[in-house]
Amino acid sequence: MMQQKEIVEKAKKAIEKLNPGIPFNIMEVCGSHTMAISKFGLRQILPKNIRLISGPGCPVCVTAQNEIDAVIDLSNKNVVVATFGDLIRVPGNRSSLQKERAKGREIKVFYSPLDALKYAEDNPDKEVIFIGIGFETTIPIVAITIKEAKEKKIKNYSVYSLHKTMPEALRALLNGRSNVQGFLLPGHVSAITGKYIYEFLPKEFGVGGVISGFEAEDILMSLIMLLKNYKNPLIQIQYKRVVKEEGNIEAQKMIEEIFEPCDSTWRGLGKIKGSGLMIRDKYKDFDAALKFGIKPIGEEIEIKGCRCGDVLKGHIYPNECSLFGKVCTPENPVGPCMVSSEGSCAAFYKYGV
Amino acid sequence: MCIAVPSKVLKIEGKVAETELGGVIRRVSIEMVPGVKVGDYVMVHAGAAISIVNKEEAEMQRELWNELVEVLNDAAEGNS
Amino acid sequence: MERVLLSHGGGGTMMEKLIEEVFAKAFNNEYIDAMEDAALILGNLTFTTDSFTVKPLFFPGGDIGKLAVCGTVNDASMRGAKPLFLTSAFIIEEGFSLEELRKIVESMEDTAKKAGVKIVAGDTKVVEKGSVDKVFINTSGIGMVYEGANVSIKNARPGDVVLISGTIGDHGMAIMSAREELQFDPPILSDVSPLNKMIEKLMTLGKAVKVLRDPTRGGVAEVLYEISKMSGVGIKIYEDKLPVKESVKSACDLMGFDFLHLANEGKLIAVVDRKYAEEALEIMKSDKYGKDAAIIGEVNDSKLVTINTVYGTSRIIDRPIGELLPRIC
Repeated sequence: MMQQKEIVEKAKKAIEKLNPGIPFNIMEVCGSHTMAISKFGLRQILPKNIRLISGPGCPVCVTAQNEIDAVIDLSNKNVVVATFGDLIRVPGNRSSLQKERAKGREIKVFYSPLDALKYAEDNPDKEVIFIGIGFETTIPIVAITIKEAKEKKIKNYSVYSLHKTMPEALRALLNGRSNVQGFLLPGHVSAITGKYIYEFLPKEFGVGGVISGFEAEDILMSLIMLLKNYKNPLIQIQYKRVVKEEGNIEAQKMIEEIFEPCDSTWRGLGKIKGSGLMIRDKYKDFDAALKFGIKPIGEEIEIKGCRCGDVLKGHIYPNECSLFGKVCTPENPVGPCMVSSEGSCAAFYKYGV
Repeated sequence: MCIAVPSKVLKIEGKVAETELGGVIRRVSIEMVPGVKVGDYVMVHAGAAISIVNKEEAEMQRELWNELVEVLNDAAEGNS
Repeated sequence: MERVLLSHGGGGTMMEKLIEEVFAKAFNNEYIDAMEDAALILGNLTFTTDSFTVKPLFFPGGDIGKLAVCGTVNDASMRGAKPLFLTSAFIIEEGFSLEELRKIVESMEDTAKKAGVKIVAGDTKVVEKGSVDKVFINTSGIGMVYEGANVSIKNARPGDVVLISGTIGDHGMAIMSAREELQFDPPILSDVSPLNKMIEKLMTLGKAVKVLRDPTRGGVAEVLYEISKMSGVGIKIYEDKLPVKESVKSACDLMGFDFLHLANEGKLIAVVDRKYAEEALEIMKSDKYGKDAAIIGEVNDSKLVTINTVYGTSRIIDRPIGELLPRIC
């Protein structure tokens, strides 16, 4: 096997060879790519004109403040709020789940929605609400819990669906003023969705994309594939060991069975038509929004000075925002991009460029 | 956006498989990967297998990598 | 109203803020301001205290009693000192099993014997059910600085070498494996152990040993930041030099943790004069608790805490914020 340093050296040469010489912005829309690029220090090896910019790729970052407020309202209803660890520090307009927990609300962190369902099953006297955040990778797993809860007649489990889906957000990004020459597309989302959902990118916008894995080698390969085909934009799969062209049909069926599309508000991007998922009528007993009469209140309030929208759209680097590192830090995040440790600003804060 | 790691399937019991990754054993749902067999590698995200790792593709990818990079770099050297 | 959050106790940036804004502000004196693991008092004595709350009380490789003794023995030693006497105070929840309490106390005595320290005073309080979770233990300790030693968090200088006495993150992961649905084969044991014998041998190098620190809560990353801040230097470590068990690494990949943030209870980080680095390494390796010791980096004047990756690139090390949470992203 090639040594890691050798891989990087070789890729560097290849990238230089393929360098189109024009300002070339590649957007990664997956937070795990953002983290991996920072962790491996890959920006250091790219020529100056090729920039990697971070798009809206973390489900926590894009959860709107009023949605967080709604979750906090839920936690005040004498229930157990079950959530992924990622969501604990995310600020709403008034508070965050970690602050509510300090007040004595029952907020439990689970690694898997399946563990949350098991907890509900083991504690029938407790009303357990799973906060469904996440994209296509996570959604079918939440779907499994709803299906299983119905089969096993578990009455004390429900899901508050804040799920979001990728394609419409990408379209919204490109419809706005954006400055992107190519996409590094999310490997694990695509493991579920397959590649066809991205075909509109080259067709409608003339921008190509590569579905990439998460090792340094994967990302470098994907960059090479993007550069090689930039004049002839198309959707390619680098992460073939995991992603099939058609995706995971079984998982797609699972999503389809439980959820239907709805409009959704993205922190930093605003309302995007058809970019969310709500629980179908057939499973309404497991819809916490209906069960507890909860919905996001009012419009998304803009955060003063926060330029996450521009960061997400690839207009600026995080450190070009005046709040960055001063008012807005990982302990005290203001905007969505600082909230999750894989958010563009948090990654930038921690790892530098 | 989604952490997922490849784990080896050790045992299958109905909808659940015991998987291993570097000495870490976890029980994961295999509901989304029908047809998975003991010995397969699966990508695990949030307690569930989301896809079966394609071994041939994994091998091929490595070769492809070498090929592509070598060709490009040879060309680069030829030019200089 | 501002409240104390779990993250304030996690040994990261949130905790640093709490200490600075509440404790250091009120207990304002030169000992506290030094931000050392143990205060240096009356010339050559070290004085330290620590409280222990761990869930579960018995975990792979140890228990809260062993932890309570090792934690304070180690803190009392980290100024280049020989720990001598400990106190122990218990806060016990009404209804707690007497048998478990006996086991914990026996484990404390056993560990104290092995470390060569005496527990010379104690206190017991019992509180209403629900007021604490089973049992909390506080230990305090006194030690005596070895002749010729000058060990302080402020003493790292550019050119010095950074060592660690063994594999990273074992305790944190052992506790996690006992709590989460995470099994290890072979099991991960906590590294909880007294390091005073290793330190005794290291101190034969005298002033060449500049900093000693045990990377407990907040892990290796936090200790490197503390050294960098208090000594006014930078530190660079090498990814390929870090001793870490494959299974700990895998579990971190799975749960979205950084092993540099995981707690250790039987490891020390030493900053040593470059000329004595190999010798210090040999001393560590010859110790029962140091066989995986390694030289992991060096001190520079950059003021940054960085890691050279296996890809030949460099990045700033991620500092822990507080609570370690499993992530899906």
